[in-house]
Amino acid sequence: MSISNEELRWMYEHMYKIRYYEDKLEEVYMEGKQPVFNIGAGTVPGEMHLSTGQEPAAVGISVHLRQDDIVTSPHRPHHHAIAKGVDLKRMTAEIFGKKTGLSKGKGGHMHLFDPDVHFSCSGIVGAGMPHAVGAALAAKKRGKDSVAVAYIGEGAANQGSFHESLNLAALWDLPVIVVVENNKYGISVPRDNSTAVPSNDLRAGAYGIEGHYVEGNNLMEMYRVSKQAVERGRKGEGPSIIEIETYRYLGHFQGDAEQYRPEDEVKELRAKDQVNIYRDMIIKEYDVSENELEEIEGKVREEVDAAYQFARDSEYPDESEALEDVFV
Amino acid sequence: MQEVKKRLLTGNKAMAEGIRQEMENNEEVFVLGEDIGAYGGIFGSTEGLLEEFGPERIMDTPISETALIGAAVGAATEGMRPIAELMFVDFFGVAMDQIYNQMAKIPYMSGGNVKVPMVLMTAVGGGYNDAAQHSQTLYATFGHMPGMKVVAPTTPYDLKGMMISAIRDDNPVVFMFHKTLQGLGWMEQLDTSQGHVPEEAYTVPLGKANIVKEGSDMTIVGMQMTTHYGMQAVKELEEQGVDAELIDLRSIVPLDKETILNSLKKTGRIMIVDEDYKSFGVSAEIAAIVAEEGLFDLEAPVKRLALPDVPIPYSRPMEQFIIPTADKIVKAALELRDQ
Repeated sequence: MSISNEELRWMYEHMYKIRYYEDKLEEVYMEGKQPVFNIGAGTVPGEMHLSTGQEPAAVGISVHLRQDDIVTSPHRPHHHAIAKGVDLKRMTAEIFGKKTGLSKGKGGHMHLFDPDVHFSCSGIVGAGMPHAVGAALAAKKRGKDSVAVAYIGEGAANQGSFHESLNLAALWDLPVIVVVENNKYGISVPRDNSTAVPSNDLRAGAYGIEGHYVEGNNLMEMYRVSKQAVERGRKGEGPSIIEIETYRYLGHFQGDAEQYRPEDEVKELRAKDQVNIYRDMIIKEYDVSENELEEIEGKVREEVDAAYQFARDSEYPDESEALEDVFV
Repeated sequence: MQEVKKRLLTGNKAMAEGIRQEMENNEEVFVLGEDIGAYGGIFGSTEGLLEEFGPERIMDTPISETALIGAAVGAATEGMRPIAELMFVDFFGVAMDQIYNQMAKIPYMSGGNVKVPMVLMTAVGGGYNDAAQHSQTLYATFGHMPGMKVVAPTTPYDLKGMMISAIRDDNPVVFMFHKTLQGLGWMEQLDTSQGHVPEEAYTVPLGKANIVKEGSDMTIVGMQMTTHYGMQAVKELEEQGVDAELIDLRSIVPLDKETILNSLKKTGRIMIVDEDYKSFGVSAEIAAIVAEEGLFDLEAPVKRLALPDVPIPYSRPMEQFIIPTADKIVKAALELRDQ
């Protein structure tokens, strides 16, 4: 497989950035929620779905995407957003509920919109799929070669919107790529208790489109199959599904007691951590030095720290701003 | 004085106990929904039930609201008594056809020949920064469409008693429970979310409001969190010399007009406090009923306190601004007194 050094470094930068960002948010989220956890209290209130461990799903495909490609994302959106190049400062400010946020504090972490990079997400399971179909339709109508990526969790593949959207995308031959992040749980329900087929790439057969399966949260494999899918989309060869077996290190949301999960599961998953494995691999097998990576890490930390500082320093919106933006 | 022994339960435990007792009494009752098994319901509505009844009767489903609610309709038309959980009421959009075109209309369309004795239980309410897609109450959305009973109990006592009534009812019942009143460890802790609940099975009728506090100066109507805030407000008002009567609506459909109009007759002033959107809402409906049937009892215009017509914002100051809290009720009540 040919892969450029630039791509290798880009992927490491974003793997690391997402991890560093989410680790920090995990900490910040607990500010004001200790010793008594109250979901509505603290610096960042409300539900919080972190993507720690799921980085390869976003990074392996985003490396092939351009600014004008479209991404729709679900309730667990930070890794997709960061990999797509969503403005980190304004995204963080939004998560903090600040006036300088992407949506001036109206959206919050499940409702991030950055039209500059064609990114959106939704708190409703499966809701982004038809939007990706429509965005791909718009690209096709305008004669552009941009593609639309719809990220969904494996639980969303049992929604009507999944099947209706795939049929439409196939029928109209649209450049849609559905990335199914199989993190094994729909909140608490194990995948095997919710889904009649062993993996969702098999469902591609029902719509006559391409299906790929990426085992073991493998970033390089995600890179490889995504490249094919994106190229097919750009050439007008229709939609694809990629299911990636990925790892959710944390609860469905922060505060989830996770009693449904086997005790050592997360420990075992963390032992196969892709940020570390990928880092070691590119030093060993490619022309990337440890020094270079340390330099990248330093820059990323600075950038992310600055984003959090920006969010902290920003003002809250005036309460009466609640009444604005119903109509444009 | 003889001490009354109280058995305190949280809202979620009271509700789950109601389901448990009906399941013990009637093999036709079963529950289906997302994360209702091992998790016990995201808001605790089925806590402990999987252990007692097993996965045959406490059924985790895929994230397929159309299929799970539609399946409940199908089982109900065959005479079973399913309880389907819609995790957040906001998710109704994914499955609304099954709710209002199927569940609610089949009894009528069949000329009463087909019953749909199911319960659709669902979590409502905001106030904890969950933003526009996870914070609504939507009392009026469901109340507007004929064919469903729609209830919204406030206290643990009513959660249990009305759940049992809902399961035994031959009509489809939308059972709305407020997240913050479930008494969950990870949410704000409120006194109202704990209360005395008798051990034995009992019913509280659907369609009957409850006078929480009697008063003579004005009537305040609330439901769920606005009743909770109303209780704080009437205490504060008492100190300011206003003797307000507080009604906990408990049921959106049927709506207990009689209790409201009788109260108005006594007080001459009425305010409706609603955590749902203002326009075309429960507060508008009650105001219309008052205009139609109680106009001459009014000594001042009807007052409404509800969410302004905006989706629910995420950021704390904006969300607190739109939610009717105790302070806002007191302020509005003082204005109403002076009108």
